[in-house]
Amino acid sequence: MPVATANQTIGPYWHLIEDPTWADLTRFGAQGETIVLTGTVTDGGGNTVADAAIEIWQSSPPTSDSFPAFGRCRTDAAGAFRFTTLKPNPVAGLGNARQAPHVAISIFARGLLVALTTRLYFQHEPLNETDPVLALIEDAARRDTLIARKTADKSWHLDIRLQGDNETVFMEF
Amino acid sequence: MTAETAPFRPIVPDSQPANDTPSYGSTHLRHPARPALRIPQSITETTGPAFSAAQFPPMADLSVPNGKQAQGERIIVRGRVVDENDRPVPHTMIEIWQANAGGRYDHPGDQHDAPMDPHFHGGGRVFSDADGWYQFTTIKPGAYPWRNHHNAWRPNHIHYSLFGTGFGQRVITQMYFPGDPLLALDPVYLAVPDKAARERLIAAFDIGVTSPEWALGYRFDFVLRGRRATPTEQA
Ligand SMILES: [Fe+2]
Repeated sequence: MPVATANQTIGPYWHLIEDPTWADLTRFGAQGETIVLTGTVTDGGGNTVADAAIEIWQSSPPTSDSFPAFGRCRTDAAGAFRFTTLKPNPVAGLGNARQAPHVAISIFARGLLVALTTRLYFQHEPLNETDPVLALIEDAARRDTLIARKTADKSWHLDIRLQGDNETVFMEF
Repeated sequence: MTAETAPFRPIVPDSQPANDTPSYGSTHLRHPARPALRIPQSITETTGPAFSAAQFPPMADLSVPNGKQAQGERIIVRGRVVDENDRPVPHTMIEIWQANAGGRYDHPGDQHDAPMDPHFHGGGRVFSDADGWYQFTTIKPGAYPWRNHHNAWRPNHIHYSLFGTGFGQRVITQMYFPGDPLLALDPVYLAVPDKAARERLIAAFDIGVTSPEWALGYRFDFVLRGRRATPTEQA
């Protein structure tokens, strides 16, 4: 059987395939609870990461012609990104478990040979207390690296730290 | 198309590069110091976005971006997208980007003192067909310096991005050219531990893909992570 192709870094020039409209997942006319997700990416020296591609993917609401459920946004000179999307609903987990509303995040950048993947959860969501992925993280401070804080009505913000103090919990499966 | 939801098989050891690769300087402050959290595969991991050619129009000829021919050696790249179960991955989107023939990107961040080409941009997009085959036309990208270490040059390469049928199949990679002496010196290429896995990133010259009086042909196949035979959960 063949083995999956090796990843290589996205490098600093990936913007040649960038389409800024991809950061708005409602651009095809999606109906639902529109929300804004903002964030920043910093490295182990506290420097902003200004050349990354941030991708989001959500299994809820389901993909349709009006909702791609996928978005891509560059980090700007301040290391910041911003998406407009629909608020995800709880989805099934293992067995009888329900997963709290979440958004999968991938970080591609110069200096990353393989994407880093993590999840964004929403502050004040009751299901966070029983979410099967959050439950795998024993240290509450580590768990908090995945919880986006509510900054305004229908707006959430998550700071992603690639390395060092308060390093974001990254995932593999 | 029916959505596939079976979980993915484990990643084959040494087939993927580690982010902690000291010979590649940009990794120093960007690789996580803690091990990744192993999570079970749920619907978020087993499903993924679907891109249609209607919403994401193909651009299959990078060599004529604006009606005029780009400078350089015209090439055709053709290959197949399959999964680790050796099944074709049909109708899947492939994003493509690369430097021009002189080794310079049409990008404000690229300050390499090589000429820009007004008739080359370097971005493209194709979809595999019903049997997983894809093809596009471009010019062979030039090598370029990159300051990772003294006299560091990237081998000729084309960047690719594929999505497959689930979040676990997402891959971004680079395709290299046969016989390139820079490969033996390149920390990005050498970051893939397994030699055979590395060498699968090198395209093969293919006289069958070569078009008479027109363009040299290269064959390059993609393999996406395979799914388990049954939808049993795998942590
Ligand atoms: Fe490159």
